[in-house]
Amino acid sequence: MNTITEGLLSAAKLVVTLDPDLVEISLRSLRVTLTALVVASIIAIPLGTVLAIQRFRYRRTVIALLNAFMGLPPVVVGLVIYVLLSRAGPLGVLGLLFTPTAMVIAQVVIITPLIASVTHQAMRDLWADYHDLLISLNATKRQRIMTLIYDGRRTLLTAVLAGFGRAIGEVGAIMIVGGNIEHATRVLTTAIALETGKGDFALALGLGFVLIGMAIAVNLAIHALSGTEREGRW
Amino acid sequence: MTRPILALTAIATLFGAQTQAEEMKMAVTTSFENSGLADVLLPAIKTDLDIDLQLLVVGTGQAIELGNNGDVDAVLVHSRAAEEAFVASGNGTHRREIMYNDFVLIGPNTDPASIAQTETAAGALQAIAAVEAEFVSRGDDSGTHKAELGLWKTAELDPATFGPWYKAVGAGMGAALNTASGLNAYILADRASWLNFGNKGDLALLFAGDPALFNQYAYIPVSPEAHPGVRNDLAMKLEGWLVSDAAKDLIEAYEIGGEPLFVFNAAAE
Repeated sequence: MNTITEGLLSAAKLVVTLDPDLVEISLRSLRVTLTALVVASIIAIPLGTVLAIQRFRYRRTVIALLNAFMGLPPVVVGLVIYVLLSRAGPLGVLGLLFTPTAMVIAQVVIITPLIASVTHQAMRDLWADYHDLLISLNATKRQRIMTLIYDGRRTLLTAVLAGFGRAIGEVGAIMIVGGNIEHATRVLTTAIALETGKGDFALALGLGFVLIGMAIAVNLAIHALSGTEREGRW
Repeated sequence: MTRPILALTAIATLFGAQTQAEEMKMAVTTSFENSGLADVLLPAIKTDLDIDLQLLVVGTGQAIELGNNGDVDAVLVHSRAAEEAFVASGNGTHRREIMYNDFVLIGPNTDPASIAQTETAAGALQAIAAVEAEFVSRGDDSGTHKAELGLWKTAELDPATFGPWYKAVGAGMGAALNTASGLNAYILADRASWLNFGNKGDLALLFAGDPALFNQYAYIPVSPEAHPGVRNDLAMKLEGWLVSDAAKDLIEAYEIGGEPLFVFNAAAE
């Protein structure tokens, strides 16, 4: 109980004084995760929608794989990406290891299946409702996909927020590919792991509360901007 | 016109994207980072050499692996056998001793194995094994872990035969200390990590001072022949600085709670 109070106090102190290190690592956390989220959404939302409306031979296998990959262990993703990006590895010439870009790549791999899977689930139900209408209107495949994405945008928002939640709190993969380098690749989660290692639980908890606060703020901001919960519009 | 540029500059500054100094990556052990010495050395390196030294804080095993893959420009670690193998493999150019600190035996302040009264580190470990008091081992192939295994060997005991009182946690120094604190168990730690550790609980420093516990740090640049991508020029500049009087003064003046931590022993070439 005492440590938790200390953690809250240290979180308050960090936020009130706008501690420069805290601001730096929080902004980096946001930048890495939001970039990964945009990239993953661009891949996952069309992919999930296509899987809902398109029938092809290995569709079931792809869906099963996608669902399984929702549970990819981040530390394994991190290790595989480390091996690929290492100077001794196949993509070593790109020099991406221990950069924020490597962290973005790891997060994209982790959250794309999650977003695609939730998208597919939502789109399948929506497609059942829209199927006859869109077929009778003789809509092209592209129009069908765009209609579904537009009308399913609120569920998609949930999918994207789920992806955000998994990415912002992730530590195993970005620790390996980012390296937790001060002023270069240190983010909130890796800083928390570091302070825990030093036994400074109050500061670690403080950073944790900042992270949770940031996740809440981002969720509220996205909801406010998209106006999903406005009166008379559900 | 100027406003968008200003905004861009502000964004670049916020994200730390622009730096004038050259960047160099060095893998160091958790015990070095936990000592806090890096906070003293890094700003001086930046001022004197204009190098932005980026530290990858990992165990000795992983540090040398990063060197083997050419992912860092140099390593600063403390495990002689692993260092010599690293140089022999051709991935490191040469080994330069910089400084040493020492390991200490930490345990519950009630000291059930009475190791505070033993003469040698090996004797202390034998006392712990005799009463089968809980002992936390790093178990992560790090320099500290290798030092601990060496001490068991000197004590003529084999951890592989130990019962459940011997817990190999496979974690860094801080995490292992947290575990020891939670279990109220014995553990071998480097003095710096122990002094800086914030969650001591009922643990206390029980045994220190045996020369077998000295912990030599060595600097090894990664070979530019084996890994053309590494910045050997910066690594050599840094080596020159680490063995200089400037580094010596900073290292010897570094104290925690009035206790000096490191002894500088780099030999002039």
